[in-house]
Parts: sequence; structure tokens; C-alpha cells
Amino acid sequence: MTELVTPYFQRLGHKILDQVRFAGGFAVLCGQMARELVTPPFYFRLVVEQVFFIGTQSFLLVAVTALATGSVMALQFGNGLARFGGTLYVPKVVALTIAREMGPVFTSLLVAGRIGSGIAAEVASMKVTQQIDAMRALGTSPIKRIVTPRVLASLIALPILTLFADYIGLFGALLVGKTELNINTEYFISKAVETLRMYDLLTGMAKTIVFAFFISVTACWRGLNTEGGTQGVGNSTTWVVVTSSIFIMVSDFFLTKLFIVTVYPRY
Amino acid sequence: MKTVLELKDIQKRFGEKIVHRGVTFDLREGEILGLWGGSGTGKSVILRSIIGLEKPDSGQILFEGRDITGLNERQLIDVRTKIGYVFQNGALFDSLTVEENLSYPLREHTNLSADQIRERVNRMLELIDMRGANHLYPSELSGGMQKRAGMARATILEPRIILFDEPTAGLDPVNTKRLLENIHKLKAKNITGIFVTHDIPAAFEIADRIAILSNGRIHLIDTIENIKNSQDPLVLSFISGMVEA
Repeated sequence: MTELVTPYFQRLGHKILDQVRFAGGFAVLCGQMARELVTPPFYFRLVVEQVFFIGTQSFLLVAVTALATGSVMALQFGNGLARFGGTLYVPKVVALTIAREMGPVFTSLLVAGRIGSGIAAEVASMKVTQQIDAMRALGTSPIKRIVTPRVLASLIALPILTLFADYIGLFGALLVGKTELNINTEYFISKAVETLRMYDLLTGMAKTIVFAFFISVTACWRGLNTEGGTQGVGNSTTWVVVTSSIFIMVSDFFLTKLFIVTVYPRY
Repeated sequence: MKTVLELKDIQKRFGEKIVHRGVTFDLREGEILGLWGGSGTGKSVILRSIIGLEKPDSGQILFEGRDITGLNERQLIDVRTKIGYVFQNGALFDSLTVEENLSYPLREHTNLSADQIRERVNRMLELIDMRGANHLYPSELSGGMQKRAGMARATILEPRIILFDEPTAGLDPVNTKRLLENIHKLKAKNITGIFVTHDIPAAFEIADRIAILSNGRIHLIDTIENIKNSQDPLVLSFISGMVEA
């Protein structure tokens, strides 16, 4: 019996240790990054390049997903609310859902898959081919040159992408509302505008800042700690996407709860 | 000759594996020290410790008389501009062209203008027989060219010491010869360096002295002439190619 159970506990122990190591490494990397942020030289060009890279890499993907999500939500709400004669509430419900939840969460999940994995793969490849060591040996800091620009760029790009996703999602919902639910375009827009408040958009974007920070730091940390050649690179990318996705879903609940308590009005 | 670098009783272990049990040797100005040892004996770890990529568990590394083992990453920057590291596979940044790779240390650590940097890069490319390769990416270079470009990048700041980590490993005889010629050109400038290698003829050709690492310690350190005439069993087994990993 003991022989059967022991390996499971060992594996569990290793998993817990890995998580502790990750939490510690994450905190240390954040500290190093904070120090590098305030000490020269500053690589603004690298940040701009990364913002451009993340934007161009993700925009089409985000646009298509947002359009599809908005359309599907309009269809589902239209169909569901029709039973209670509530089709006219579709613009309000869809606008709120997209701005507060669907826009930020779907965009972040896509960025975690597209950019998080990209960062992890790039940094991990540099690690296993000794480019990170070369950077250090040449008297430069990989944290400053690699981590900081990617994290800052993610913090800038993800909220902007989310804003685009919100509008494109609403546009998809508007199209479906008009073609499938016979909701007049002017009515849709006026109801959406009437319902949405600035805090709806801002809280959605605030969530993405938290998600972007987690995705980018996690990807960089894992990349910098990759071992085991090309197989290690593959493992790192998968790990980053899975970990980031879980974090996004779980932390979204707590962030939503926080905003309900602190920002959203009570009815 | 003046001692530029001195390792005193360096000890290092990775988990259960003890790599260094007390490595001690010195490097004199203007000499190239060949470092031999079986695979996994920690030759590269010595070089990595010298440049601060690994921290020894105990012992001292004195560079120009100053102990550098306790320095943090920021304090090490100054040391790293004075010590060049030639990685085994070149370790060129694959997102940068050859010119960008070579100009990287100059842009980071000098105030040279763009024209001066380009001129210096071109001079260096000429030295390593890679004239015109400025805009090629590392993936477009052969293994030998990558190593030569890596060597050029490590030496472009004209460091006081150059650490060569098995520069001829995996190269065909033609590329080996070409790379050794490049090192000879550097040697003509009276460089100081450590040359880690398994390549016995290359070590005899390049080095002034040879140190042999065995069982985590320097087993022997002597001039080429004395090594060639040595009756030490380990030296003989190295030279006859029968060294055990």
C-alpha cells in the first residue's frame, strides 16, 4: 500500500515545491524589474517595438474573436430574452457584458495564448542557446533588455486591444441585432451608450492590466528558468499558457467582486 | 610577468555533484593558458565563474588584485567589460544581424558615434575574414562563421582577458584552422586569455602554458615544452587521447 501511495505524495510534493519556487521567482523578478525601471540606461525603443509587435501580432485575432463573441452573445441573449419579451434589453445586456467581462477576459486569454507563449518561447530559446548568458557576459542586464520592455509593452498593449475588442464586439452584436433580432441600429446604439458608464470600460481595462502583468512576468520568468533544450522550450510555452489562463479565470472572479464592492453602483 | 587573474581554492557543487574541490591557478599578463580536462570536469564552470555567470561556493577570484566573487550583477558590469567570453556555439543574438551583434557591446559601453562603431565593426569583420557579412543573421552563417563572429563580439571592446570556451569544438579542420588563425591574430596583439579545449594540437599551437583539471582540482600546470615531455600518466593519457570522461 505504502509503495502505491508514496509516488503520488512525492509528485504532489514536487508540484507544491514548483509552485512555491514560481511564487518566489515571480516576486524576485518583480523586485529586479522595479529596480531596473528606475536605473539608466532606459530602452524606450525596445518598449515601443514590443508594443507594436504585440499589437500587430494580436489585433486580427482579437478582432475576429471579439466580432464572433459579440455576435453570439446577441444571438443567445436575443433568443433567451425573447421568451420573456425582453429582446429590447439585448443592447443593454450585451454592452455591459462585453465591457465588463467578455472583452477583457477573451482578449487576455488570446494574448496569453499568442503573446505569452511567444515571449516564453523566445526567452526560453535565448536561455538554452546561451544568449541570455551572452547578454550578461557582455555587461548588460537581461531583466532590463528583455523582461522590462515586454512587461511594459504588455501593460500598454493589452488595455488598448481590449478597448478595440469592446467596440468590435459591440459592432458584431449590433449587426446580429439588426439582421436576426430586428433591433433598429439607432436604438441599439442609444441603449448601449445610455447603459455604459465610463467605469464599465475602465474596470474592464483595469482587469487587463492585472492580467497583462501576470502573463508577461510569468512568461519571462519561465523563459529565463528554462532547462532542457528544445523540449524545455516546448514545456515552458505550454506551462505559461495554462498557468496564465487559469490565473485569468480565477482572478477575474475576485477582481469582479472587488469592483462590485468598490466601483459599481448598488441597485 | 604580472598576474592578472588568480583563482584561489575555488569550490563549487551542483546539488550532490562536486565539480570543484579547490581550484587554484593564476593567469599572467600576455599569456594564453590552455585548460584541459575530461568532459564534465568543470572547465566551462571555471570560465563562467570568472565572468560571474556562476558563483563559487567558496574561494576567491582575484581580477587585477580585486576579489570579484562577491560582486552583484551591477558591480560585475565593469568586470565584464574587461573580460571577453567566447561561447562554445558563438551565442550570437539571433534577432540581430552580424553587424548589430558586433556593435552591441560598443553601443552599450562606449560613447562612439554610429560611424565610428561601423568602422570598428568592419575592421573586426576584416580581421576574422567575414568582410561583407554585416547584414547576415546568425541563422544564415555556418557554424565556423558563428564562432568567429562570437569571438569578434567578445573581443571588440579590447578586453584585458579573453575566455575561450572550446572554440574549435565541432568544427571541421578547415574552419578550425581559420579560427586558430584568428586567435593568432589576436595573440599578436599580446592578448591574455584562457583557452578551454579538448583539442590537443590546438592547445599546443595557441597556449603558452597548460593546466589540467582533474577530480575538481588543477592536477598540473606547466609550459608547453614541459607538458610535451611530461611522464605524468594523466598528461600522457590526454596526449594519447585516452582520457576518461
